[in-house]
Amino acid sequence: MAKKSGKYQAVVIGVSAGGIAALEKILPVLPEDFGLALLVVQHISADGGNYLVEHFSASCALEVVEAADKERIQQGTVYFAPPNYHLLVERAKTTALTVDAKVNYARPSADVLFETAAEAYCDALIGIVLTGANNDGAAGLARIKQLGGLTIVQSPKSAEATVMPMAALKALTVDHVLDLEEIGPFLVTLATKREE
Amino acid sequence: MVKKKQLLENEQLELELLLEGIYRRYGYDFRDYAKAHTKRRLEYRRTISGLNNYAEMLHQAIYDEDFFTSLLLDLSINVTEMFRDPWFYKEVRELVVPHLKTYPFFKVWHAGCSAGQEVYSMAILLEEEELKERTQIYATDFNERILSQAKKGIYPLDSIRQYTANYLKSGGLQSFSDYYTADDRHVILKSSLRERVLFSSHNLATDGVFGEMNVIFCRNVLIYFNKELQERVLQLFCESLCPGGFLCLGTKESMKFSTVMEHFEEVAAREKIYRKKRR
Repeated sequence: MAKKSGKYQAVVIGVSAGGIAALEKILPVLPEDFGLALLVVQHISADGGNYLVEHFSASCALEVVEAADKERIQQGTVYFAPPNYHLLVERAKTTALTVDAKVNYARPSADVLFETAAEAYCDALIGIVLTGANNDGAAGLARIKQLGGLTIVQSPKSAEATVMPMAALKALTVDHVLDLEEIGPFLVTLATKREE
Repeated sequence: MVKKKQLLENEQLELELLLEGIYRRYGYDFRDYAKAHTKRRLEYRRTISGLNNYAEMLHQAIYDEDFFTSLLLDLSINVTEMFRDPWFYKEVRELVVPHLKTYPFFKVWHAGCSAGQEVYSMAILLEEEELKERTQIYATDFNERILSQAKKGIYPLDSIRQYTANYLKSGGLQSFSDYYTADDRHVILKSSLRERVLFSSHNLATDGVFGEMNVIFCRNVLIYFNKELQERVLQLFCESLCPGGFLCLGTKESMKFSTVMEHFEEVAAREKIYRKKRR
């Protein structure tokens, strides 16, 4: 099913306050043959358990799992960073977890995921910053852009909390600013986009 | 884009040469640490030191021992808590302690003990279970500076609220404040807690088997290693445990894909507690 010949291989998403409602407008929209891997940092309390995975497994066509340590990243799978761990991507396109200090008051941190994923995927990566009430994700999104990836930010007017999208918009010239409902369908068109 | 990828490759090459240089100059081996993490840590030090690249960093690291000492701290794992994952300690109390009570004497090894928070957690637990006099705890880390912090048992005052909450959730039997005194900035753990603890230097990446242990704690250390080093360390733990001994890993660490798994049974899946088979 995986469309490995496409330009993009992976999507990273950073989201905080208002995140579950926002992700509900994106992840269930993606079809079974989406073909790209998705890695998601949703800020969540340290004892948040496996809630996100259970919640989204029910509504998504794609497989939804909690990211484990040193696992090969599979196309067409949604990986959530576990509560209280940073999620990183190795150059070999495997996952890695750490319990390092919080970044932007967050663990998991979107910046940590974005910066490492940017180096692993370069121009085959799509980075998305959604609703949230802190600055996490802005620096990471800038790194994605710098290494040739595609950058998307949820339009502040469609965001429950505007700080995170605004911080990203301030940190770089993003490629696309989209309303929440537009993001899922847009990803579907990107997934089939070929190398130019 | 080819150019950007080549730049990243070049940078990676420099980084590997830096780690090779550190190993040959000082004997500390970070070559098999997980790369993305190692790079983030070094990148932090490179930026605040005003160095342009890892080649410059290599030069400074091999000539300037003080600079190397700070690098060593950057590469050490030093984020932990007392009674981290309280439900884990609850399981230790309920599942491991009854076995320990059957021994006249037993040994516990905290491998990669960092600043000692988990060592003191276990010391408290064993004291409360009236096992203190029967135990010898070994606490090891490769970083001497962090080890000397561990020996002191002094932690920032602002951490105590978290530690206390963890202790209560872990099934602690006393008041947590029985175990420390505080000044305006620190909590100082009761020195009697380390009566049965021996702190010493040991590097999981390069050193060998460590005694005949009854319990090994190594939580949230393996995630910093690549698969090969993880496997080496799990072998080392397997050889360091007596039959029926327990191995406790971090919640996101697993022996599932290791060749040593055949020598163990999983006794607590969520808490990642394994027991070595008696054969």
